Amino acid sequence: MSAIEAATVYTPAADTAPVPALSVESVSHAFSSRQVLADVTFSVPPGGFTLLLGLNGAGKTTLFSLITRLYYSASGTISVYGHEIRREPLAALALIGVVFQQPTLDLDLSVEQNLFYHASLHGMSRHAARPRIEEELARAGLADRRRDKVRQLSGGLRRRVELVRALIHNPPLLLLDEPTVGLDVQSRRFLLEHVRGLCAERGTGVLWATHLVDEASPDCQIVLLRHGCVETAAPAAELVRQAGNRNLAAVLEGLLREGKP
Amino acid sequence: MIRLAQYGRCLAGVIRREALRWVHQHGRFVSALVRPLVWLLIFATGFHFVLGVSIIPPYETYIPYEVYIAPGLVAMIQLFNGMTSSLSIVYDREMGSMRLLMVSPFPRGFLLSAKLLAGVAVSIVQVYMFLAIAWFWDIAPPPVGYLAVLPALVISGLMLGALGLVLSSFISQLENFASVMNFVIFPMFFASSALYPLWRVKEASPSVYWISEVNPFTHATELIRFALYGRLNAPSLAIVAAYTALFWIIAIRAYDPGRGLAVRRPVAE
Repeated sequence: MSAIEAATVYTPAADTAPVPALSVESVSHAFSSRQVLADVTFSVPPGGFTLLLGLNGAGKTTLFSLITRLYYSASGTISVYGHEIRREPLAALALIGVVFQQPTLDLDLSVEQNLFYHASLHGMSRHAARPRIEEELARAGLADRRRDKVRQLSGGLRRRVELVRALIHNPPLLLLDEPTVGLDVQSRRFLLEHVRGLCAERGTGVLWATHLVDEASPDCQIVLLRHGCVETAAPAAELVRQAGNRNLAAVLEGLLREGKP
Repeated sequence: MIRLAQYGRCLAGVIRREALRWVHQHGRFVSALVRPLVWLLIFATGFHFVLGVSIIPPYETYIPYEVYIAPGLVAMIQLFNGMTSSLSIVYDREMGSMRLLMVSPFPRGFLLSAKLLAGVAVSIVQVYMFLAIAWFWDIAPPPVGYLAVLPALVISGLMLGALGLVLSSFISQLENFASVMNFVIFPMFFASSALYPLWRVKEASPSVYWISEVNPFTHATELIRFALYGRLNAPSLAIVAAYTALFWIIAIRAYDPGRGLAVRRPVAE
């Protein structure tokens, strides 16, 4: 099977437990002598929304770089639907859609040109890409902006275009690195609802990195990263219950600031 | 395995993006064309009466100075192109779109080649535009030269583009491009056969002559100069090919996720 065909045909073996969309096991990483990640373990189920919560410098971006093969981890394994990133990088990458922390659109190109470029990076023909682009643009409410230069779009709309771009090749795993930074309330809400919809409707596994506790919802998984270590990994509802049914955002705020709910 | 057609689509997509960016960035478009023309107009006119060029291959008659420096200016177009695409990679890396390229599920060596070929394709278009304008300056190589120079441009473009890739992996910040200008572009251009024939340099200073002899830019220039007159300069071809391979190997290593420079350099959190 081609790595890229694998993007649409990712049926896990039926007789075993469901393969996680993303599995991170005992991953450690250091830049020269500075330890950035230490023994990080967690997984994202297909169709699950996992919130990677951490303050700036907790190691979230490094973790994303390792998952996307920007560089390799010194130790531990990362697998995407069972494809280990070091052994089968091409099969794994074909299954991932990424929204990066920094904007990565070509400002002088039109929305559509940016999207076709991405489709070509996944080996899609223009013929195959066109209906996908139209479908995703319409879903994100951008159908009438496809010929506009990205430069003419607001920050919120640019982020939507980046989300659309990450979805063109129909990835069953979506990674978003602080996607709402700098966006207004409305754009943030739109992005969150759009991505949650993907989990529910398409069974997309989502890893959403943020330092904003109000982006959590009771049905998501929480992975709290501090100084490169996983401090908490539990369903949000479970954390709320342990803390005596207090407000989720308040519980997470406490965990994030003081290490206790 | 990824099918061949998919590689083709990916390559076409990368080239299309490079071309679109080039056309849309009007400043880059104009300056790429104006720079060699300014050199031709000001420099060659000024030195026209100072420097005589005796008959040396591939020329068969005495030639005016502007005819002598034209191939060097062609190579300069490619040098600047290689360096600006290296700048654009540094820029891309700061802005994150190099990451976009790198998370594509194609092998990284292929992605870097696609990026390199896209830059070469753009530089060749620039060169032909320059040659078309230079024709009105009486810089008129034989018609066959215009065809013969194409493969020379491909290989010299690859060499200078690969050098740009290597530099891009060493430069961590955009601001350092000024030092690339000072320490790479200017020395490569001046200590070469682009402006003066090497026998003249040898008379003036043996040490500069030796620097010029090992300078890859000299050989790119000579390869282009001979090709423009329908002749093959085999030693230059061999040297340019060797430098291309060398720069390419370094570039691949530098972008290897296992041991590349990115491993040593932390990204901003």
